[in-house]
Amino acid sequence: MATTYEIIIGLEVHVQLMTESKLFCSDGTKFGEPPNTLVSPVSIGMPGVLPVMNRRALELAIKAGLALGCQISRFTKWDRKHYFYPDLPKAYQISQYDIPLATEGLVTYDVNGEEKKCRLIRVHLEEDAGKNLHAEGGGDSLVDLNRAGMPLIEVVSYPDIRRPEEAAAYLETIRTLMRDLDVSDCEMQEGSLRCDANINLHITKDGNVYKTPIVEVKNLNSIKSVEKSLIYEASRQFEQWQKDGKVLGQMPKQTRGWDDARGITRSQREKEEEADYRYFPEPDLVPVVIDDALIERIRGEFGETSAQRKKRYIEELGLNDYNASVLIDKGRAISDYFEALLTHEVDAKSAANWLINDVLSHAEGRIKVMSDLPIMPGSLAELIKLVKGNKLNLNDAREKVLPEMIETGRDAASIVDEKGLGVVLDTAAIDAIVDAVLADNAKIVEDIKSGKGKALGALVGQVMKRSQGKFPPAIVNETLNKRLGL
Amino acid sequence: MAFTREQVVKIADLGRLHLTESEIESMSKQLTAILGFFEQLEAIDTEGIEPMAHCLPIQNVFREDEKKPGLPPDEALANAPKRVGDFFSVPPILD
Repeated sequence: MATTYEIIIGLEVHVQLMTESKLFCSDGTKFGEPPNTLVSPVSIGMPGVLPVMNRRALELAIKAGLALGCQISRFTKWDRKHYFYPDLPKAYQISQYDIPLATEGLVTYDVNGEEKKCRLIRVHLEEDAGKNLHAEGGGDSLVDLNRAGMPLIEVVSYPDIRRPEEAAAYLETIRTLMRDLDVSDCEMQEGSLRCDANINLHITKDGNVYKTPIVEVKNLNSIKSVEKSLIYEASRQFEQWQKDGKVLGQMPKQTRGWDDARGITRSQREKEEEADYRYFPEPDLVPVVIDDALIERIRGEFGETSAQRKKRYIEELGLNDYNASVLIDKGRAISDYFEALLTHEVDAKSAANWLINDVLSHAEGRIKVMSDLPIMPGSLAELIKLVKGNKLNLNDAREKVLPEMIETGRDAASIVDEKGLGVVLDTAAIDAIVDAVLADNAKIVEDIKSGKGKALGALVGQVMKRSQGKFPPAIVNETLNKRLGL
Repeated sequence: MAFTREQVVKIADLGRLHLTESEIESMSKQLTAILGFFEQLEAIDTEGIEPMAHCLPIQNVFREDEKKPGLPPDEALANAPKRVGDFFSVPPILD
């Protein structure tokens, strides 16, 4: 009988909050500073120092909790989690244990057009540890405590995720949400977004279900590596189960590190039992009481999320699904640019088409970030209006004016003048050429009059050619129609 | 309840304390006595009384999110048993 398995995945995501200073002391938080320069007696764990809570960190954590659909605890407190490691100078981490800041959330995300939901167990605040650098070949390890004490939230999901690509989409959704709300910059390479994945298999064979031991996968440095490591780990667990038949409960939870270069997971130290952390309430910090007024004030800071923005583009602005998706998926800077275009009285569909089909395709590879684009939204709006107002032909605008604008940052009008691209609105001149074309093409005129309307395009083409593309196509069409009595 | 030898050894190990045989013996006795004092508290009727998260009747003590210059590395590293450049240096960590 066939053996099948279901993959069960839960994620623990750490998000570093965008504050100026650390969670419990005033050290700076900038990434990439020289080692041990963002440190103080509190963050290096000197005896007798006292932590003081950063108000902004609490507010950002509440904001994240609300955005993730959580219940915000009206009363929350701090606990010490004890373990020995060189990156933890106090030998305990200040975290939250039995009363986390937020509980029971829900993340809705999209996998290839299919809506998925993942419930959250909790979101809590905690301080980060320092960073250990391991020498190649087994020399001493080096410790940089700049990161010690940075404010983090940990977002713990239920094991609701069923496929590695769903895990990637879930993480992507959290990242977008945290960035939209200015809660975090979520740079995985810089460690301001980190993810550990818990995974096991429910294997069905001959009507029996076998659950493999849970493995926690660490060292995931990109969203891609989350997906790749889980694909690898699922097949590794299946093969391991076929070999030894071990199931959940027959061995302790294992920690495995993802080796991106080799594309495998490798066993790390055995996980300590929870009780070994000897959690107890932090006596140096008083509890936090959160009232409705604070929650409402933080709700008031919410801007529009990407998901809401996309919905508005489709439902209120009438964009098609593809264009709305491109504007949103390319990042906040793109949809902000689109928003700015709209303020210059450009209709939404034209704005989207120009931005996606022309500006982005020309800009790709030339600029790294949207703010490097030399065309301000107002200038692009001018170009679009020249075309709409029949003062510039579409093809000239796309092929001659826009590339020049991107290259030089000059405005549309001066390029049009310089290149002599302005369309002629001299109706006498249009009439004259239309008449000449009609006279030279008696056969086509006959075809049209006998009902073969398609031939009109050939006449339009000839008029445009003789005018060297300087007549607005709409007026050429109109004139031809009038002359032919159509 | 008495503290067993195994419990004392485990707690000492978690705290990275190295106890001699006689210390293990005396710690067991002392910890058992401390636990006994706490057991006396169980005689008090706490029905309907909310547990306290902290011994002070104070809440919401915050600082504003302002950064201040850190310690100069030489001061931060002054107590380090060993340093390499501006890093703390520790025996190799095996992951």
